[in-house]
Amino acid sequence: MQSRKLLMSLVLGSGLAVASAAQAETLRWASQGDALTLDPHAQNEGPTNTMSLHLHDPLVMRDNDMAIEPGLATSWEAVEETVWEFEIREGVTFHDGSDFTAEDVAFSLNRAGTEPSDFRNYISSIEEVEVVDDTTVHIHTSGPNPILPQQLTQISMMSKAWAEENDVETAQDYASGEENYAVRNAMGTGPYKLESREGDVRTVLVRNDDYWGMDRFPMEVERIVYTPISSDSTRVAALLSGELDFVLDPPVQDLERLEEEGDINIEQGEENRTIFLGLNLREEDSEYDNVEGENPMADKSVREAMYHAIDADTIQRVVMRGRSVPTGTIAPPFINGYPEELDERLAFDQERARELLADAGYEDGFEVTLHCPNDRYINDEAICQAVAGMLGQVGVTVDLNSQTRSLHFQDIGNRETGFYLLGWGVPTFDSEYVFNYLYHTDDGQRGSWNATGFSNDRMDELVQQMGTEVDEERRNEMIAEAWELAQSELVYIPIHLQVLNWATREGVTVPLRADNQPHIATATFND
Amino acid sequence: MGASQSNSQQGPLNSRQGQAGASEEAPHGRLHRIFDSDIWHSFSHSPITVLSAIITLLFFLAAIFAPLIAPYTPFQAGSLHLMDGFTPPFEQGMSGNFYVFGTDDQGRDVFSAIIYGARISLLVGFCAVLFAMVLGVTLGLIAGYRGGWVDTVIMRIADVQLSFPAILVALLIFGLAKAMIPRDYQENMAIYVLIISIGLSDWVQYARTVRGTTMVEKNREYVQAARVIGVRPAVILFRHVLPNVMGSVLVIATIGLALAIIAEATLSFLGVGVPPTTPSLGTLIRIGNDFLFSGEWWITIFPGIALIMLALSVNLLGDWLRDALNPKLR
Repeated sequence: MQSRKLLMSLVLGSGLAVASAAQAETLRWASQGDALTLDPHAQNEGPTNTMSLHLHDPLVMRDNDMAIEPGLATSWEAVEETVWEFEIREGVTFHDGSDFTAEDVAFSLNRAGTEPSDFRNYISSIEEVEVVDDTTVHIHTSGPNPILPQQLTQISMMSKAWAEENDVETAQDYASGEENYAVRNAMGTGPYKLESREGDVRTVLVRNDDYWGMDRFPMEVERIVYTPISSDSTRVAALLSGELDFVLDPPVQDLERLEEEGDINIEQGEENRTIFLGLNLREEDSEYDNVEGENPMADKSVREAMYHAIDADTIQRVVMRGRSVPTGTIAPPFINGYPEELDERLAFDQERARELLADAGYEDGFEVTLHCPNDRYINDEAICQAVAGMLGQVGVTVDLNSQTRSLHFQDIGNRETGFYLLGWGVPTFDSEYVFNYLYHTDDGQRGSWNATGFSNDRMDELVQQMGTEVDEERRNEMIAEAWELAQSELVYIPIHLQVLNWATREGVTVPLRADNQPHIATATFND
Repeated sequence: MGASQSNSQQGPLNSRQGQAGASEEAPHGRLHRIFDSDIWHSFSHSPITVLSAIITLLFFLAAIFAPLIAPYTPFQAGSLHLMDGFTPPFEQGMSGNFYVFGTDDQGRDVFSAIIYGARISLLVGFCAVLFAMVLGVTLGLIAGYRGGWVDTVIMRIADVQLSFPAILVALLIFGLAKAMIPRDYQENMAIYVLIISIGLSDWVQYARTVRGTTMVEKNREYVQAARVIGVRPAVILFRHVLPNVMGSVLVIATIGLALAIIAEATLSFLGVGVPPTTPSLGTLIRIGNDFLFSGEWWITIFPGIALIMLALSVNLLGDWLRDALNPKLR
């Protein structure tokens, strides 16, 4: 026994040595911001999810073309109208070597589904997760839920035993600034293990050689060194000088230059994400403007005026250097139910804007604070400055409060803003996700990112119905009606669809994904 | 300053002591006295100094009368034309406006931005120097006059601080202040915090010089005489000793102004200084830095040249003043 173990380790060891000699490859990756937390259920936000999904796996994954494929679940089917059965992959272990079982699935889904988890809207339809045996779970939903598998693609499975041991059985309460063990540590089954984590400085992941997907994905990258670099010019300089292999978000003003460089490749494509402005619609006085006793933006004609004042084409041409697609709806064209015929902007018309403001009783305009992130979306701060300028020209004076995205998202989470910039991607590729988070009344369960205070009974009814409607045609009718309602209320002012530009050093391939979430397990080296 | 004038006979600034009495009666005579002095002679015979003085004066005038001189109001968001963004120098933007130094990414006129930026830079530099001077001179006077443990404590603190680079001290103080001030007030407080940070990082120079001179002066007859007739120490310090150290303090302050302007630019370039809504020259350079790779050089080069010219001129003036006031070099 002893000798066999020794032999095994020798064989394994030599195998590893060969492998590392052939491809001891590190991917040095930079982006403008860092994951906000490592707690996989605390913040439903792009870069944070990207990091989580390298350390953990979801039950259901999306491949690089956004098609659904098995993750930790090998198969799934609806066994009853309100029950989905998931077969759990066997022989999967966590990074600490313990087995991954159906218990962990139930634990993770419950953790992700309860406050203060930011994923509770995703899976608000789940009533109970029943462990049938070690490899089978039954997910009971409040009504029929045809898109449950799509809703599980961003939900990380974490170790129940580890969470209990470290007292992190509930997700970190991000908005209140809570800290817990899971913020800096992680225990998942994912393709990469956490080696070190320095928030906002450097995160190092190493390949999990026991990964269940070793044969399914190329898994060529052995080490990921992730360095957030917020300065645009520094990020580009680092890429040009060969200090980086992959930049997720090279600044748009430098793309031309980068394209001319022989040894840098730029992958371009539309992202499944729109950038828009949220407006506070609540009737009561807002502390984020200078109007006493009432909230000007509660008046629809004021919102219409602000919309007319924004020249999205100029933003596209100057701020984005042509690398964006102005849009008239916050629904990206990728998603089911995208209202193509409604995707038309209100015309840029300053005269009309001034007229509307005057009719609403604000001929002298008013002052409002715009909250803006400065390290989340492409040129986010510059977009806000441009918006401030454009609104200023029709008499709405904008005080810009731009800050790092962790503070920005806290302000939105705490509803401490009256006017803000937000980008929204749709990982389920279905309109329901947009309505659920952004249009449903903010009731603690749904509407968690609806900081506008928009509340409409018909909208709520439609959102809840489309969550359980199995007949596709009827469901799509509901979605169409909801978009009609959403567009006519001008809850959000859309700006544009973001365009992705992933820059890699020659010899490195990171397949482009419309969700802007690189899957490094599929990255390859071709030199 | 009133104190220093009444004691002008002892001041090194007044090279021709014999005429001092006459000048107090006739203002015309005073003007004549200035043009007749050694300092004016050394000034007018140094073309570089004259040039520096003119440039410095122009910057001061531009800063003071910024709203009258600047062709645009660059920091009123409503007055900007985004469609003019990235207009190169000496060209017309799409809106038909003409821009001497071009525009930045938001369509802001770089020339106007420099004028308003110089205003912030000079304001911060001036106030920081004033703050450092008041603090350093007071502590130096006390240390030099009292001696003993007071002297030891003050000067050891100064030594410790001198062993750190000034910018590091400023960064530290700025970081501490930022952590203590609530987030909502940070934007408004930034400029004051900046002034105090730079001021606190720069007082040691003044304290050391003043202490040395004070130690020499306090044993002179006039100080002892004052002490004998029962003048209080504070009065002796500020009425009798201070005027004698003002010459060297003035030199340090002039050079210090150049250093403070650069320190402010450095902090703002690092993104910890004044916010982009009220940019100083350093902030403008930082903003422009993002567009260097893409070829929009004018956004950062022009503010950079302005900063160099301002700092260099003030520095040269300080150098000249040091030489002119140094009796050993005459």
